[in-house]
Amino acid sequence: MSADRPVLAVSGLAIAVRGEDGAREVVSGLSFTLARGETLCIAGESGSGKSMTALAVMRLLPKPAARIAAGSIRLGDTDLAGLDERAMQAIRGDRVAMIFQEPMTSLNPVLSIGRQLIEAIETHRDLPRGEARRLAVEALKAVRIPEAESRLGQFPHELSGGMRQRVMIAMALALKPDVLIADEPTTALDVTVQGEVLELLRDLQREHGTAIILITHDMGVVAEMADRVIVMRNGRTVEEGTAADIFARPREAYTQELLAAVPRIGARSGIQDEPHEPREAAPVVAVRDLEVRFDLRGGFFGRVERRVHAVEGVSFSIAPGETLALVGESGCGKSTTAKAIAGLVPHAGDILVGGRSLNSLSTDDRKAVRREVQMIFQDPFASLDPRMRVGDLVAEPLVVHGIGDRQERRRWVTTLFERVGLSAEHMDRYPHEFSGGQRQRICVARALALKPKLIIADESVSALDVSVQAKVLELLKELQREFGVAYLFISHDMAVVENISDRVAVMYLGQIVEMGTRDQIFSDPRHPYTKRLIEAVPIPDPAQRRARFARLDSEIPSPMRKVGDVPARLVPQDIGGGHLVFS
Amino acid sequence: MTTPAAPELSAPALSAKPRCGVWRRLLRRKLAVLGLIVIAVTVLGAVFAPWLTAFGPDEQMFDGLTLEGAPLPPNGTFLLGTDLLGRDLLTRILFGARTSLIIGVVANGAALLIGTLVGVTAGYFRGWIGGALMRFTDLMMAFPALLLAICLAAVFEPSLWIVAMVIALVNWVQTARVIYTETSSLAEREFIDAERTIGAGTPRILFRHILPHLLPTIIVWGTLGISTTVLLEATLSYLGIGVQPPTPSWGNIIFENQTYFQAAPWLVFFPGAAILALALAFNLVGDALRDILDPTQRGRE
Repeated sequence: MSADRPVLAVSGLAIAVRGEDGAREVVSGLSFTLARGETLCIAGESGSGKSMTALAVMRLLPKPAARIAAGSIRLGDTDLAGLDERAMQAIRGDRVAMIFQEPMTSLNPVLSIGRQLIEAIETHRDLPRGEARRLAVEALKAVRIPEAESRLGQFPHELSGGMRQRVMIAMALALKPDVLIADEPTTALDVTVQGEVLELLRDLQREHGTAIILITHDMGVVAEMADRVIVMRNGRTVEEGTAADIFARPREAYTQELLAAVPRIGARSGIQDEPHEPREAAPVVAVRDLEVRFDLRGGFFGRVERRVHAVEGVSFSIAPGETLALVGESGCGKSTTAKAIAGLVPHAGDILVGGRSLNSLSTDDRKAVRREVQMIFQDPFASLDPRMRVGDLVAEPLVVHGIGDRQERRRWVTTLFERVGLSAEHMDRYPHEFSGGQRQRICVARALALKPKLIIADESVSALDVSVQAKVLELLKELQREFGVAYLFISHDMAVVENISDRVAVMYLGQIVEMGTRDQIFSDPRHPYTKRLIEAVPIPDPAQRRARFARLDSEIPSPMRKVGDVPARLVPQDIGGGHLVFS
Repeated sequence: MTTPAAPELSAPALSAKPRCGVWRRLLRRKLAVLGLIVIAVTVLGAVFAPWLTAFGPDEQMFDGLTLEGAPLPPNGTFLLGTDLLGRDLLTRILFGARTSLIIGVVANGAALLIGTLVGVTAGYFRGWIGGALMRFTDLMMAFPALLLAICLAAVFEPSLWIVAMVIALVNWVQTARVIYTETSSLAEREFIDAERTIGAGTPRILFRHILPHLLPTIIVWGTLGISTTVLLEATLSYLGIGVQPPTPSWGNIIFENQTYFQAAPWLVFFPGAAILALALAFNLVGDALRDILDPTQRGRE
């Protein structure tokens, strides 16, 4: 194969989706080529048509609604756009393979991973069992899964998210395809794991010369991976060029804005915010020695055999108008901490709201005190009752606590709607009629309805596009200045955390390992885990591409323990200025 | 400046849709209207039965049988023919509609109510209450329904209302199981957590946030239950513990005459068609209602 001949050439691709009012083009006039061993990133926000493009190349567009309306997709000498399903089945997995976003759902949970791998191989190659098995083991070794032989018998639920995504990559690469399409392959993974998976993709590409189409919304990932970049918006190419050009000299306004909206670590270091009220002010919420454990029952009599130590002795306090960020990777207990404070999970230890201990209050008093603490959830699609009008949803906290009459409530809800950037005439609509960002604004309005002292934001901007994310963060900051509300901001994204927080607490395995002001944590991280978290964040600048990501030596240990085996508590040590390091 | 903010605020088609009443939107669907007509005809027929026919429901006509004593096929005098005792079939079907409607609506409604209450309680509270309720449901499911019905009918004096109660006590089980499963998955959804964080109490969560989501299921089981209950009543009548003859019900008309099926098929066909039409009508209306009551389905009609 000659080097300059593209492996894949897409020209004039148009995809039409049949909708309520006739067919609509979601992708139009898209053309690109992909050379051997090249990585092409298709970047864009939700609704830009990037995933549709990937599905079109695989000929997996959802039938019968979506179809290729025009254009050709040439893989070598064959035009995939015109192939029938049978011929396409022979190509899929063999010459073009795909990895999906969600490693939790794209493996079959009832089949062992060995069986799934071997099946994928046998579909395309007429091999004896032993040979297919050998190839499977080889593929697992290639993606650096330790003890590959014994892993074959394991089931997807026995593996962590990162491991599962590696199995997916092994499946995709087992037959050495010409083209690998990766649709948001690391979006569902933790940052440290994301780094490993990206590095793995890069190594494998170097070894096999696979051409990769990487679809992502994350400009950091684009900067780390791309040779060339296509920026898409509303189904059209906005800009195309080499990674270095796009990042250093973006020509189009949209690209510039997209890049500007990307949160960067270090962007705010040194910038001093307007000073907060003195720290001596009584904290709005103080958590003392919080402990959340979930019992796992097993055996014939359903005895408690093991416990998940989700939160182990966490203590912190939040001053009025302050933002405390709680960061860590999935399973570290940050969301459980939030739920405990919001009263959603039973817990031990003490939570003080406005100086009053929740343990000492009656149920009614507790309800009144809890008014001061409201919560915004991660997924604005799941946290609003789809069968209620959004106006009623925002008014509901007032109804529940018996505040105001109908008129007054309506007036306040109107004010809130306008305050969060929605118009009052939207109040009679249902949640599904809004976009993700708008819904999150509704959630913000709802959390503000009772004028709480503290709002817990649990990964509240993680599900949003970067430009929307930047606006919601801006809104949250504005509201803080206006209402003096404090935030407990829970996130896995260090760049976002640096953007919004005053103080940061890093959680690992249910305990806080480091806590301090934003500057202390970001310019002088002391705990190895904090350092690794910060290092793992991809930098949206191809010039600063790292040769090697921070590698995880081992999987994060499980917080699940036998009864009686209580983890040792870490002891804080003040290294100056309230910067606590736990060991 | 071309801000990407613009699409965020205008992206979804926020077209103003007229929000008119459920009734108006129901009447806009052809199939639902058909169902409503069938139900209306059945109800009117049942209410005005005495004025719609010249015969009494128990009246045995001398000229209602052939000389050999066989039932008559449909003819000018007896529009749907006569049964084996020489009674007018149309009259019996009209009067039978009273029984069958009461069974189909009351017994089925009661079964639905019990099933929903048990299912929601067990699904939302779980713990030992849920465990106990669901084990009891399993027990009821495993227990032969007919045997239970016979026992209950033996204890109480047979009457239409007792039959309705017996049917309700047998039929709630499936509904409870389905509602239980749905409730327990709904209770795990994030918006229920969100309700708790604003301080919403249990009744509010159950009635304002969980029940509306169960409506589609309740409606589907309700409409399916109509044919089941009408037929169960027929079975009970056949065993002699249902509606007592000579009071007609659609079910016992079929069972009285089933031995004549080959010689006089109309005796089974007409009441059978009536049961089918009523069940189908409720199904059509139920289907339409399910879509109309779901705000997320708006615009996809």
